[in-house]
Amino acid sequence: MTTPHATPRATTEGTVYTVTGGDWDEVVESAVKSDDERIIVNMGPQHPSTHGVLRLILEIDGETVTEARCGIGYLHTGIEKNLEFRNWTQGTTFVTRMDYLTPFFNETAYCLGVEKLLGIEDQIPDRATVLRVLLMELNRLSSHLVCIATGGMELGATTIMIYGFRDRELVLDLFELFTGLRMNHAFVRPGGLAQDLPPGAVDQLREFIKTMKKNLPEYDKLATGNPIFKARMQDVGYLDLTGCMALGATGPVLRSAGLPHDLRKTDPYCGYETYDFEVPTADTCDSYGRFLIRLEEMRQSLRIIEQCIERLEPGPVMVADKKIAWPAQLALGADGLGNSLDHIRNIMGTSMEALIHHFKLVTEGFRVPAGQTYTAVESPKGELGVHVVSDGGTRPYRVHFRDPSFTNLQAMAAMCEGGQVADVIVAVASIDPVMGGVDR
Amino acid sequence: MTENPNANGDEHNANAVPAPRDTGGEVIRVRKGMFGANNGGDTSGYGGLIRTVTLPGAASRPYGGWFDEVADELEGALEEQDLLPANAIEKTVVDRDELTFHIAREHLVQVARTLRDDPALRFELCTGVSGVHFLGDKGRELHAVYHLRSLTHGRIIRLEVSAPDSDPHIPSLVAVYPTNDWHEREAYDFFGLIFDGHPALTRIMMPDDWQGFPQRKDYPLGGIAVEYKGAQIPAPDQRRSYS
Amino acid sequence: MGLEEKLPSGFVLTTVEQAAGWVRKASVFPATFGLACCAIEMMTTGAGRYDLARFGMEVFRGSPRQADLMIVAGRVSQKMAPVLRQVYDQMPNPKWVISMGVCASSGGMFNNYAIVQGVDHIVPVDIYLPGCPPRPEMLLDAILKLHQKIQGSKLGVNAEEAAREAEEAALKALPLIEMKGLLR
Repeated sequence: MTTPHATPRATTEGTVYTVTGGDWDEVVESAVKSDDERIIVNMGPQHPSTHGVLRLILEIDGETVTEARCGIGYLHTGIEKNLEFRNWTQGTTFVTRMDYLTPFFNETAYCLGVEKLLGIEDQIPDRATVLRVLLMELNRLSSHLVCIATGGMELGATTIMIYGFRDRELVLDLFELFTGLRMNHAFVRPGGLAQDLPPGAVDQLREFIKTMKKNLPEYDKLATGNPIFKARMQDVGYLDLTGCMALGATGPVLRSAGLPHDLRKTDPYCGYETYDFEVPTADTCDSYGRFLIRLEEMRQSLRIIEQCIERLEPGPVMVADKKIAWPAQLALGADGLGNSLDHIRNIMGTSMEALIHHFKLVTEGFRVPAGQTYTAVESPKGELGVHVVSDGGTRPYRVHFRDPSFTNLQAMAAMCEGGQVADVIVAVASIDPVMGGVDR
Repeated sequence: MTENPNANGDEHNANAVPAPRDTGGEVIRVRKGMFGANNGGDTSGYGGLIRTVTLPGAASRPYGGWFDEVADELEGALEEQDLLPANAIEKTVVDRDELTFHIAREHLVQVARTLRDDPALRFELCTGVSGVHFLGDKGRELHAVYHLRSLTHGRIIRLEVSAPDSDPHIPSLVAVYPTNDWHEREAYDFFGLIFDGHPALTRIMMPDDWQGFPQRKDYPLGGIAVEYKGAQIPAPDQRRSYS
Repeated sequence: MGLEEKLPSGFVLTTVEQAAGWVRKASVFPATFGLACCAIEMMTTGAGRYDLARFGMEVFRGSPRQADLMIVAGRVSQKMAPVLRQVYDQMPNPKWVISMGVCASSGGMFNNYAIVQGVDHIVPVDIYLPGCPPRPEMLLDAILKLHQKIQGSKLGVNAEEAAREAEEAALKALPLIEMKGLLR
């Protein structure tokens, strides 16, 4: 049967109906006539529960998914190419917008790479490193909160969504206080940070930790033991260790298979080896295990943040080498945060050489010796690796991000095939792909 | 590029011509003038300055740390398989505390499988492939860079394979590391690297009917000039720039 | 859309316009069209602290057929553009579009091969909202401005008249490149 909404097309595997909307009865009728229940459903790229513009192509037999494929690229932004036309410092502005839920991880990974190429890892001030850790752990909290919130919403649990965004707002308040922006900060720069913490930041941070310690158990009360929640999550999105290793899955997906692999422990950066924290694992290989791991990671992040506060010693947040340190002295003006007028007056008025130096550094940027490097950080989603290539110029020659969402999303088919249609949503939510990171 | 990327299957050794070898540092670019400006004059008086940019060249033994151990094990394991290490490993670069093996592309799969399976090497996790397009590196323009991580030993190494622009074929590693499926599709999409033996080498990010490979260096950025109130600002790749 | 479209111009029509505008603006149903970073801020606006429910808008419709506002939240790639247009076409009239964030409005910082340089190349836009990403307060402001616009929207013959006037004004307008003055 042919309707304008469901055109049949003969393939080697039988008739395929392309459904583009229209009268459901007609669609069903034509599907019944073909006397099997195999339907290919196209979820997305605009779908309320596919985590952004992810497109899922599911072949379903009744309620069972027999085959599942992803269509990605609907948010491809060409960030890696754009980076090649901006100088090294400006690069942070782009990378922060890749995986927009984990801006500080993108920035830090990129900056660690640039610093390694420059050979200045040892010159980064301690305060900058501690603050990077602090910001990354805060960011881990906010990313996991969004994962749990949207994951809950996709299950139909709107309360957990409201809770998650409530607590995320607390983290964003801190980000705004520290960096001036709620998202897309470009705060971590090659050589250190854009600026120091504002006065009163640490007090507010302590206040935040107190609130979070009160709020985090609420997720346990709300969800962990909830029979509906467990029924939807347990044994759904199953991927064992062999599958994880083959598919390169990292982060909570890998840890839910029981392997405590966390780059913060196994390949430490930013001095993580000196912090006291644990890597939670589960042995259930399912979505529920991943949920529990995320909850526990948030508690561990709070522990790290507390240790960071203790380690914060006054000092510079940018390398002393003025050939690299971006001459930013920010101040709040009438039109928002911008260059400090005092600083500009100082450069313009006192020294011709300072003015030239400032001009050269801002218009040209610094040069990075030719070579390549790979640096990886443990983002909330897994191993976020950056392959930076320099040709000795003022701009990156090539920057490639190995985004954990991209790699982990490959596991979607393995997790979903053979399961129910409704479980696809749960499995995808448990991977926590962010399309900005997947497509870049 | 016109042939079917999947035609060779596992017999990629048969028709892949070895890429030209280069054991020294690869010259990737020639900088001219004082500031490397790409258009406009150079008023510094150093306009005639010509400098070549070279990537770090081959290192000599000892490499230091666990690098020697990995190199020994790899060479030993390859010899056991009757493959002369010198044929497979073009050169070994140690730079910025990172170990890079430049692998001849016809031996890539065997080397990767050895790296994965040999108990003393055990690089279980591949973090995908990153394409790099060195326009100035004649005959070796396209590089595919793989990073392999060993969870057992806590190590990470880099494999680098190159192919000329005129014959952009590299054997696929999907059979060894299934995770490379999407990564190789991405490298194909952006750089036109054809991974022989990949199960379904199609575009992944760009629309299926897209022309060209957008992240190659000879593909323009594609930005448009921005107009506003009598002013026109050229796209980032059209502006005067220094390098 | 119905009887009110057929009313002759005059007192009755303007009264119906006001009533229709009031009703429409008080229950705008946005389609979930989250694309990138802005989508997260859009969700935040719907959540507890900013509480979009105060403006009768908390119900984000999954199906475009039940929605009358499309908030294009994020960068639109060349691959996404046809999808976006299809979703727009599936929405019933009357419908409005908010272009949220600079990427949707003008391509923003992503002036390259992959991104559509402004969603107004694909769909007509009612409100351009700057920011990268705009704060939830800014989205609320845009929504309130859209409410004003909806309240003032015309029906029937008045709508035709308004469309004609708008077209004439647009034809007479000076091209951007010929405008003079400060760059702001």
